[in-house]
Amino acid sequence: MYRAMVGVAVLCGVLIVSVFEVTRPTIERNEARALRDAVLEVLPGARSSRAFVWSAGGDGFHAYRPDGEEGEMVYAGYDDAGVLVGVAVEAVGMGYQDRIRLIYGYSAVPERIVGLRVLESRETPGLGDRIEKDPAFLQNFVDLDVSLAPGGKDLAHPVEAVKHGQKDRPWQVDGITGATVSSDALASIVARSASKWLPRIRPQVADFSSKGDT
Amino acid sequence: MTEPSAPTGEDLWRGVWRDNPVFVQALGMCPVLAVSNTALNALAMGLATSFVLCMSNAVVSLLRSFIPRQVRIATYILIIATFVTVVDYLIRAVSLDLHRALGAFISLIVVNCLILGRAEAFASRHPVGPSILDGLGNGLGFSLALFALGAVREIVGSGRLFGVPLFHEGYQGWVVMILPSGGFFTLAAWLLVFNRVRAFRARAVPRAQEVPS
Repeated sequence: MYRAMVGVAVLCGVLIVSVFEVTRPTIERNEARALRDAVLEVLPGARSSRAFVWSAGGDGFHAYRPDGEEGEMVYAGYDDAGVLVGVAVEAVGMGYQDRIRLIYGYSAVPERIVGLRVLESRETPGLGDRIEKDPAFLQNFVDLDVSLAPGGKDLAHPVEAVKHGQKDRPWQVDGITGATVSSDALASIVARSASKWLPRIRPQVADFSSKGDT
Repeated sequence: MTEPSAPTGEDLWRGVWRDNPVFVQALGMCPVLAVSNTALNALAMGLATSFVLCMSNAVVSLLRSFIPRQVRIATYILIIATFVTVVDYLIRAVSLDLHRALGAFISLIVVNCLILGRAEAFASRHPVGPSILDGLGNGLGFSLALFALGAVREIVGSGRLFGVPLFHEGYQGWVVMILPSGGFFTLAAWLLVFNRVRAFRARAVPRAQEVPS
C-alpha cells in the first residue's frame, strides 16, 4: 500500500517539477513584460524604463542588476530623449475581497501622481471592480497632488477618498458610489505607499536622471 | 461491468449530452457559477477542467490495478492535484491576464467532484481508451455548459461577447448577470431549457423503442 502511494507521489512530483522547469522562462518573461507595460502606462510619455533597488543600508537607490543587491524596487521611466519622466512604484494593500496590487507613476516636478493601474484585484464584478476600469475614477490619478510637507518627511496632505462629487482639493480622490470600500481601499493603499516612498524618491530624483541612459 | 473494452462513441457522447455533468448531473457547480461571468473565462475554465479530467482519467485507468482500494481516493486526489498544478503553470505561461481572471478557481479544480467522480466511477474500472474518451466527453459537456452560461451572462450583463461589443454604445449592461446571483439565474434558465428539450424528445420516442437509462 505504502509502496503504491509513494510511487504515485514520486511520479507526480517529477511531473510537476518538469512542467515547472519548462514553463518557468515563459512565465518570467510574461511577468517582466506585464510589469514593463504597466510602468510605461502609468508614466505617460515614457518609452523605456529601468529598475532601481532601494538600499536598506541608507545610501539611496541603485540601478538594479540581476546579480546585485536584492531589495524593494521602483521603476524609472524615460522619454525618447532619455529624460526622466517619473518613477513608478508598486503598492499592495487589502481591498474589499482580497489584496489589491497596483502601480502608480510619480512625477517629481510638479509633485504629482500621473497615472495608476490596478495589477491584481478580486473586487466584486460590476461594483468594486470599477476601480480598475472606470475612466472617471482613474482620472483621479492623472494629476493627484502628492507634494511633500516642508522637511520632506511625509506628504503635506495625505491622499484621501471622499464621497463621489465632493472632491474639492487636488489631493482628494473622488470615490465611486456603489464601490465605497474598494475606492477607499485604493486611496489608502496609495496614501500609505506614497508617504513611505515619495520622501525617499524626491531627494534622489537627480540619481534617476543621471543613470537613465538605457 | 459488461461494457466492451474497446473505446466506443458512446463513451464520448454520454458525457456531452445524456449525462451532461452540469445540466443533468449538476456536478462541479462551484466553478460553473463562479467563473462563467464572461465567455472567455468560461471557455478557459472548461478547457482547463477537460485537460485535468482526461489526464487524470488516463493515469487512474493505467494505475487501476496498482492502487490499493483502501487508499484509492487519496491517490486519485494526488493525481488530480498534479495535473491541476500543471494546468496552473501552463495557463500562466499562456496568459497572465487569463490566470488573473480565473484566480483561485484554477487550484479549486482539484475539488471539482466531477473529476474525482469520473475517476472513481469510470476510470478505475475501465481500460485507458474508454477512460480517455469518457474524460474528453465529460470535459466537452462541462465546457459546453460553462460556455452556454458564460456567453449568456456576458451578452446580457455587459453587451459583449469575447469582449467584442454587440450592441450600440448606449447599451446599459444588466450588472446582476455578471454578479454571482446572475450565475444562478442563468443556470436555472438553462436547466429549464435543457429539461424541456429532453422531455420533448422523450415524448417523441415511441414507448416501444424507449431504452431504460
